[in-house]
Amino acid sequence: MEKLQITLNINGKDQALLVQPNDTLLEVLRDELDLTGSKESCSEGICGSCTIQMDGKPVRSCLTLAMEAQGTKIKTVEGLANGDELSNLQQSFIDHGAVQCGICTPGMLMSADALLSETLNPDDTTIRQALSGNICRCTGYSKIVEAVAHAGKPEKSCPDCQTKE
Amino acid sequence: MKEFKYLSPESVEDAISLYGQHSETSKFVAGGTDVIVKLKEGWMEPDFLISLKKIKELSDLHKNEATKELSIGALVTHATLEKSLMIQNRYPIIYDAVSNIGSLQVRNVGTIGGNLINAVPSADGAVPMIALDGVALLHGPDGERSVEVKDLFIKPYVTVLKPGEILKKITIPPQEANTGSAYIKFGRRAAMELPLIGIGVLLTLDTDQKTCTKARIVLGVAAPTPMRAFEAEKSLVGQKINEEILVKAGQIAADESKVRDSVRGKAWHRKEMIKVHVRRMGLKCLDIIKKQS
Repeated sequence: MEKLQITLNINGKDQALLVQPNDTLLEVLRDELDLTGSKESCSEGICGSCTIQMDGKPVRSCLTLAMEAQGTKIKTVEGLANGDELSNLQQSFIDHGAVQCGICTPGMLMSADALLSETLNPDDTTIRQALSGNICRCTGYSKIVEAVAHAGKPEKSCPDCQTKE
Repeated sequence: MKEFKYLSPESVEDAISLYGQHSETSKFVAGGTDVIVKLKEGWMEPDFLISLKKIKELSDLHKNEATKELSIGALVTHATLEKSLMIQNRYPIIYDAVSNIGSLQVRNVGTIGGNLINAVPSADGAVPMIALDGVALLHGPDGERSVEVKDLFIKPYVTVLKPGEILKKITIPPQEANTGSAYIKFGRRAAMELPLIGIGVLLTLDTDQKTCTKARIVLGVAAPTPMRAFEAEKSLVGQKINEEILVKAGQIAADESKVRDSVRGKAWHRKEMIKVHVRRMGLKCLDIIKKQS
């Protein structure tokens, strides 16, 4: 089938792309743009490993057609760091041992980033609710929740991590 | 996913006319959280996918202050309903139901209209729309017609919609004073779950705040389609509502239900949970009414 020219705004940059109508946003991110941070796992909207943000809201990129992402601001896990400098949230994941195999991590980060952008100092329940659409089979979630809580209030001294000076 | 042509009309009329041009091979899509999975699995193989997302009027959510009618466009997302203070305060049964659908990522995209038209027995969104006496406005090649949401479903995955018809909105008639409503999705875990059973209760009390003038008991996963437990409702109307009466209504609702054994749960368990939760949701309604006054 003929490919169509579309423009997607990804991590602040407009990208001109040729896509097929049945390409998902996840396929375009990974296969066309080499943004392989977003992972494909269940492929049916259950696991959350493909989570990206559209206009600040976490969505499943595996259930989004690339065509339907036109006109929105897309943010992927690659858009969190500022060059080589990790975001507070990313650093907190490292400091709290919130990463094991890593497959769920990009999705977790995108859900948590969306939460922190609209909620100051979220409590445990709020964090768990915000991450409830992201499944992790390694960590048991505690470390992830701690990492997000810490990133929400980095000024507080934290016995669970050694924040870099 | 099989190849298809993607069309995104900007008006309902255009959507219906596009469908008419390729009626055998077209499918409408709203949020896509169910349709995209069906496309991937090959359960749906359209040549033309007609997206309704660009039709602005379908995303309208408002309460008419003159008529007190609530109008919910078919493409209003679960997240929009969940975050609306008007919904949280005035229609708690809608909030209870939509705030637990899928995950946040799904609720940000999935729509109330899609939830209804997908027509699974477990559709959380259907229960409050039925309990609130919602009316679905359909628009098709032959014009508009209205169907009560309770009569929208024929069997799993099948609604009364004719080919080319679109659900435009759901209208909720004005709520009487002293009305409380609540829904529980009973499942095994707190998130990413389909209900083992879904129970919605709405009660309206007389000015004495005791006598029931209207009752709605709506069950999900209790039959091939979401269902009203009419006999259980009748047992409440005209009665002074207390826990004992609600226990009886729960028993009647369980007897009326057509629950079955499935991979997710056993029929006897579902019946027991209907009994428990009709009572609990009834008590929650009383609580809500008390707090309003």
